[in-house]
Amino acid sequence: MERLDRRSFIKLSGGVITTAMGGMAGILASGRAPAHAQVTTLHWLRWNDFVPASDQLLRKEITAECEKALGVKLNVETINANDIQARVTSAIQSGSGPDIVCVLNNWAQLYGESLVDVSDIADEIGKAQGGFYETSRAVANDGKKWIALPWSIVGLQIAYRKSWFAEIGYTDGKFPQTWQEYRDAGKKLKAKNRPIGQTLGHTFGDAPAFAYPYLWSWGGKEVEADGKTVVLNSPATVESVKFMVAFWKDAHDEGGLAWDDTNNNRAFLSGTCCATLNGASIYIEALRKPESYMTETGAHLKDDILHAPLPQGQGGQFSYHVPFSNMLMSYSKNRDLGKKFLRWIHSREVFDKWFVSQKGFSVGPTTEWEKHKLWNDDPIMLPYKQAARTGRFAGYEGPSTRKAAEVVTKYIIIDMYAKAVQGIPAEEAVKWAHNELVKIYTA
Amino acid sequence: MALAYVQTAAPAVRRAFVSRLLEDERWLALALFLPTVVILGLFIAYPFVEGVLLAVTDAKVGVPGHFVGLNNFEKLWNDSIFRTAVWNTFWYTGVTTVFKLALGLWLALLLNRHFKGKAITRAFVLLPFIIPTVLSTFAWKWMFDPTFSVINWTLYRLGLIHGRINWLSDPDLAMISVIIVNIWRGVPFYAISLLAGLQTINPELQEAAAIDGARPWQRFWHVTWPLLLPVTMVVVLFSVIQTFADFQLVYVLTGGGPANATHLFATYAYQVGIGAGLLSEGAAISLAMFPVLLIVVVIQLLYIRRVETH
Repeated sequence: MERLDRRSFIKLSGGVITTAMGGMAGILASGRAPAHAQVTTLHWLRWNDFVPASDQLLRKEITAECEKALGVKLNVETINANDIQARVTSAIQSGSGPDIVCVLNNWAQLYGESLVDVSDIADEIGKAQGGFYETSRAVANDGKKWIALPWSIVGLQIAYRKSWFAEIGYTDGKFPQTWQEYRDAGKKLKAKNRPIGQTLGHTFGDAPAFAYPYLWSWGGKEVEADGKTVVLNSPATVESVKFMVAFWKDAHDEGGLAWDDTNNNRAFLSGTCCATLNGASIYIEALRKPESYMTETGAHLKDDILHAPLPQGQGGQFSYHVPFSNMLMSYSKNRDLGKKFLRWIHSREVFDKWFVSQKGFSVGPTTEWEKHKLWNDDPIMLPYKQAARTGRFAGYEGPSTRKAAEVVTKYIIIDMYAKAVQGIPAEEAVKWAHNELVKIYTA
Repeated sequence: MALAYVQTAAPAVRRAFVSRLLEDERWLALALFLPTVVILGLFIAYPFVEGVLLAVTDAKVGVPGHFVGLNNFEKLWNDSIFRTAVWNTFWYTGVTTVFKLALGLWLALLLNRHFKGKAITRAFVLLPFIIPTVLSTFAWKWMFDPTFSVINWTLYRLGLIHGRINWLSDPDLAMISVIIVNIWRGVPFYAISLLAGLQTINPELQEAAAIDGARPWQRFWHVTWPLLLPVTMVVVLFSVIQTFADFQLVYVLTGGGPANATHLFATYAYQVGIGAGLLSEGAAISLAMFPVLLIVVVIQLLYIRRVETH
């Protein structure tokens, strides 16, 4: 063993202390933590997914991979979708909050001035993945630039009970093709205590996804193509409202006026409604817990569910699917990292994992995801595959601007129908909604 | 040594100066008053002034906005939803206050009697007030659920109804539902506050009145009620302010629906300001509450002062 005398020991320990002190001084001077403690946290706010497995995937696997790939600690926070706007508003006004927020509908248009331009990433992803759907573009592009990055689209289709519709003549999985047929079918089923379940309440997804395409299918629209001239008060709209009043009374569960996006899931799964416009979450839940959801004959409910698009009216057949987009907040101190993260999470390889976990509840923001092998797994989910292609968006026939977003957020189109259902004459309900739109579009 | 003396003497001199200053009542009053002023200034006055400034601009979320004078208030004047919200707020506050006062007083008089298990009963009475509003309102939401209402189920089983009652889907029933929950939640506050007031009334006064031949109702009306009135007025004042500005109960139970039928000032301000991002219009709606509340407060405080003077 080598002998260590007193002088050498002092020299050596002095060196160690100097090194340590130098390091500490260096850290203090640079104002930065040493590399091993420099893991930046990126805060991503999202909704509580109707497919819980996807939230689990993001929190565990994707978070771990993100740290490995980008050196970023991902903090995925999920809240009720109806509360996201409150969080965004307070974050923007206080200049602090989540770095990235995943919003629904065309909400991003409300916050355009407070968002980072993500056109570079959007162009890249759009090009690489077959091009964005019109719905994705309408809600995340303000006409000049991409203010958010389209993440996904929750396809909306009518989930219906195959056996119950067969009992009234719609055998072999057939479904009413027109509103009149749907009303007649609903009337027969309501007489058997199996009404149609539909919300006309103040809720983010199912309510606008029903009211807007219903309006369009009668030939009604909010504004002209100039995006300024309000034309809601038209014979077509009035007719649509009149039909809705009778349709509601004849065929619907009248409690639907107070439903949120979860009520129809519960009603369908408990066998109290025959059909409801919804994402695929009802079917996915029935599939996930087959023993929990049974029909009155003791069969698995999952085997008695089919999907169909909304019926057509005199103006055509339309749909409104709920798009999601990621907004990178301009107050964020991690803007560059945020972009890096968005590029990574939207990349084909990473997004694929999340897409698969959705089991078809969400389609991709671009057309490429229609080709995914997931669609070969379950024919019941096939109607969702290309659903986003027929989607129009709020603000039609104009662009889906901030004003269109304001109309959605104030639930004006939904309330127009709800007011009439509550007993206000159709003409008055339409006039009220028209005036509200005029106030917004001329402000 | 001299330096050390100077260093230790300086704080001592300062302390003596502060003590002398505080011996003067005016300075002492100021010192005692200051924390309250700071707290009120920070948490009441500052947001209020900010609200006023916001209401006279066209600010949107993320956009500072320009001065627009009273434009936002003019818009409200022509806003049918705002008019509904104003009517609802007055109706909601009026009806709930009457019921809360009547039921609270009745409960307080009962609880003021001696009976077995008095302490535990008083504790239970407070439960609705103790449970966080959002939590208890969610429970009520389930009870009023259009499909799974336990109230409907009970009424059906008892043979009192044959169809379903759509508690939250019908505009009138939705308002009644909201009122019921507010009364349920508010009665304990009245009961316990009035009970405290009842216990300050000397029992000898009741006994003297009884000896003089006063009946229970006369004893209540001529002895208890006049002595309880100042406390009652303060309780009503607090309750009116809270109810008028209520938010969470309606937000959770109906979200202002169906078709805006149950919006109050606060929930409509939230929908416009936070939902649609029109901060200035939202602030104007909130501010529209202020004159009403101010009048209520002034009238009640004047009344309380008159009662106390008499």
